[in-house]
Amino acid sequence: MIGMVGAITARDLRLAMRRQADIVSVLFFFIIVASLFPLGVGPEPDLLRKLAPGVLWVGALLATMLSLPRLFADDYRDGTLEQLVLAPQPLGLTVLGKVLAHWLVSGLPLALLAPVLGIQFDLAGDALLVLTVSLLIGTPALSGIGAIGAALTLGLRGGGVLVSLLVLPLYIPVLIFGAGAVDATVTGLGAEAHLSILGALAIAGVFFAPWATAAALRISLE
Amino acid sequence: MNNRLINWFKYASPQSFYPLAGKLIPWFAAAAVVFGAAGLWLGLAVAPTDFQQGEGYRIIFVHVPASWMSMFIYLVMAFWAGLGLAYNTRLSGMMAQALAPTGALMAFLSLWTGALWGKPMWGTWWVWDARLTSELILLFLYIGFIALQASIDDPRRADKAGAVLALVGVVNIPIIYFSVKWWNTLHQGSSVSLTKSPSMAALMLWGMLLMALAFWMYSIAVALYRVRGIMLERERGSEWVKGVLQAEGTK
Repeated sequence: MIGMVGAITARDLRLAMRRQADIVSVLFFFIIVASLFPLGVGPEPDLLRKLAPGVLWVGALLATMLSLPRLFADDYRDGTLEQLVLAPQPLGLTVLGKVLAHWLVSGLPLALLAPVLGIQFDLAGDALLVLTVSLLIGTPALSGIGAIGAALTLGLRGGGVLVSLLVLPLYIPVLIFGAGAVDATVTGLGAEAHLSILGALAIAGVFFAPWATAAALRISLE
Repeated sequence: MNNRLINWFKYASPQSFYPLAGKLIPWFAAAAVVFGAAGLWLGLAVAPTDFQQGEGYRIIFVHVPASWMSMFIYLVMAFWAGLGLAYNTRLSGMMAQALAPTGALMAFLSLWTGALWGKPMWGTWWVWDARLTSELILLFLYIGFIALQASIDDPRRADKAGAVLALVGVVNIPIIYFSVKWWNTLHQGSSVSLTKSPSMAALMLWGMLLMALAFWMYSIAVALYRVRGIMLERERGSEWVKGVLQAEGTK
């Protein structure tokens, strides 16, 4: 079982490594979105410090969404996905492997990049740490929930816009508690409660989303 | 023939549900008008002025029923969606599709009347309070459901994809419902509860319950009306639709 998940993850990672431009463009999107805010709202450090948790989290959210179509679209186009669905292994585990690979190439780099952008927003050291931790915990949930949206819109015209309409409302709880954790650190309250809820969301997302995604994939491939 | 009075499974097919829905619509519509008139009369003319909120509270007679319906319709929609996924019945998907626009309307009404109420009471149209935000998410979920179904051409696939989305979104309902308990923010706590006596005057409560019934009847009538339209559109190639259209043409 675990070998199966690992094999799918390794395959998707290798495919991603062959097309590194996709990964890098998502990261640059994140950097650009975060950099636009100081230009848009003005460069006062106090204001930026207040905006930083929300801006960085929303940026991560949008960047994750940008990379979602890649999750199934290529496999769908060349017929691999059909073979994976027909394979005797449970489809949920296949999806789990793909979600894991998606997180490794989008969520993890975003979380590691975030503190650098946090410095731009004049965040203090402990807030930077909580920002990274909250993104590390929260982005797996984003990948999991996003997989449902990606599977539902597979092969539809205008699927890219539709996926944002479907997925963003479901992302809102993750955003609230993720940005809330950083905000609580900045204002001097502990971030623990927020991080705990975020962890619960991530576990629920990673555990349940693959099964919903598998159902959605079966519908899309009918 | 079994000895049950009505064989409910008979109405699982659009062909036999279509005339039944046609017969039921006038009743539900009439009930909506009667309950609505009674509720509005009780609410606007008879119920006493609130000691704290003055006359402004009277928007409650639209706001609360609309909010209840917006959540309840989503649950019903998810129920039909789940039934459709499990048993692969045609009617379930059509019902879910027919309910979504009414649910979206209720969520919008709830937000809008809430804003109209919030302005005189809190001095602001909108706050990012837990209940308001989660109700807004509910509206987005309805819109997402409608958009997803609209963008898939094959109706069977649209039903199933929508069903998965509806079932995933159902986690939001308890969050809205308990949001006034979990987060102590600007939105007031609920005044009606099943376990303890209501914290409002009996007349107000009755007005509100009558309005809730009216909204309920309205939603059923409109959903049935819409599902009839969906049936005709989806089954336009079949014989029974031709028969129905001919019969209505000669009338």
